[in-house]
This record gives sequence, C-alpha cells and structure tokens, in this order.
Amino acid sequence: MNDNRREEIELARRAAKGEYDAFEQLVKRTEARLYGHLLRMVNNTDDARELLQETYLSAFKNLKAFQGTAAFSTWLYRIATNHALMHFRKKKPEVAVEDLDVPTHEELKKRTISDWDMDPLQEAHKLEVRHILEKAIAELPPTYRAVVSLRDVEGLSTSETAKVLDINEGAVKTLLHRARIYLRELLSPHFEAEDLLHIEGGGK
Amino acid sequence: MSLKLTCKEILDCLSEYVDEELDTSICDEIENHMNGCSPCVAFLNTLKKTVTLYNTAGKEVTIPEDVHENLHAFLKKRCSEQ
Repeated sequence: MNDNRREEIELARRAAKGEYDAFEQLVKRTEARLYGHLLRMVNNTDDARELLQETYLSAFKNLKAFQGTAAFSTWLYRIATNHALMHFRKKKPEVAVEDLDVPTHEELKKRTISDWDMDPLQEAHKLEVRHILEKAIAELPPTYRAVVSLRDVEGLSTSETAKVLDINEGAVKTLLHRARIYLRELLSPHFEAEDLLHIEGGGK
Repeated sequence: MSLKLTCKEILDCLSEYVDEELDTSICDEIENHMNGCSPCVAFLNTLKKTVTLYNTAGKEVTIPEDVHENLHAFLKKRCSEQ
C-alpha cells in the first residue's frame, strides 16, 4: 500500500469519527477529478455541480462503509457514477437498456479507413480539440460514457472500473471497446489525412 | 503454430491489444497481420490516438473556483447537520 492510500485511510477514519477537517482534506484531494468525471457523465455544469455536492454528502454519511480495500477515489467514483446514472434514469427511464450502434467489420470493409495526420499528445491540449472530445463522449449512452471516463480519462484499471460499475471485467472490456470504436468514428472526420486506404484492398 | 487471424478477429481484440491485456502469442499474430494489412494498421493507429487524446486531456484537471467554493460551503453546512 502506498503512502497516499495510507493517508486516505487515516483521513477517512478520522472523518468517520466526526473530524470535519479530515473530510475536507479528502474532498480537496479528489474534487477536481470527480467534477471532471461528473461533467463528462452529464454534460451540463449545473447538473455536475449538484451531483458533486450530493456525492460528497452521501460519502460523508457513509464513511463508516469505506473499508480501505479500494482507493478512496475509487470508492468516490462509485458513489458519483451511481448518482449520475440515477440522474439519467430519473430524466429518461427508458434508458435502462442501452445499445450502441458501432459499424460492423462488413460495413468497415466497404469504407475507406484513413490514418490521422496528427500528434494526439499535442492536439489534446488545444481548446477546440477538447470541445470535440467532450461533444463526442456526450454522444455515448450513459454506461459507455462512464466506462470511457473511468478507464481512458481517469486512468482506472479494468478491475477498478468493474468495481465502480458493479459489473464483471469482461463487460467492462466489451463496453470500452465498443465505445472506443464509436468515438473513433466520431473523431475521424476531424483528423483524417488525405491518403485514404481501403480495408478491403489489404484486408485478410 | 500460426492462428491466421482475420481482419474481423483483429478488430474484435484491438482494444485489449492497445491495453496490453493479450497473451504474447496473440500479440505476435496481430503484429504479423499488421505487416501486410494497411487498413488494419490505420484502424489500430486511429484507435490508439483516440485513447491517447482522452488520456492526455484527462491529465489537465481543474475545478472552477465557484464550484469549489459552493461545494465547501454546502458540505460545511450539511455535514454539521448530520
């Protein structure tokens, strides 16, 4: 266990005993990342702000349930993601069964696949690119959005993401793969290079 | 022994390949396939760039000052009521 984890467990233990200062320190350590995750989930600053408050209040009330077996941030992501998914169900109950229409291999074979002539490490810092990324992620159904946000943006492992969403690791991998293919499709028109390639031409 | 993966099979496991979650033997097969299949190379490269874009964007973490202040004022009030 690293020092950071040990400190978090100690702060959570003190906060559970009613030491508000300890809780405040935990909030300060995690609030920016959690806000980013919630904003990606709901794509609305007012809703994200409200869910952030609900998440921490809920965490405070349930501090005794935090066992320290997962990182404190993972425990918070679980509370926050549940609140965000409930927010969608309240707004649109029919979203319970989600599907994502990604192109099949047969469809891709008929199309041209082109590489992107860009450096993602440079592009990701540009404001207009960040807007494109945010817009694309907002097109995903909520559970796919949660998986991409946790795995690819927040950097959680497959196992941590599975715990946050209470699904198995295989399901995380399937959702992530489909979400990435969907995002790749949405981002392609913005970054495509001139030299187009046919998947059928070289396809095996 | 060569598994001779098709483009479809390659496509299905590209995320696990990008995440380095596959066995070495399957990785070797994918790399062999990539040597002769430029559309799959383009697909793999753009999938990797998609992941890198989100990963890099996620490293710039900020919370607006008013969101931070409202949160702390809200918690200070509500937590003391518990």
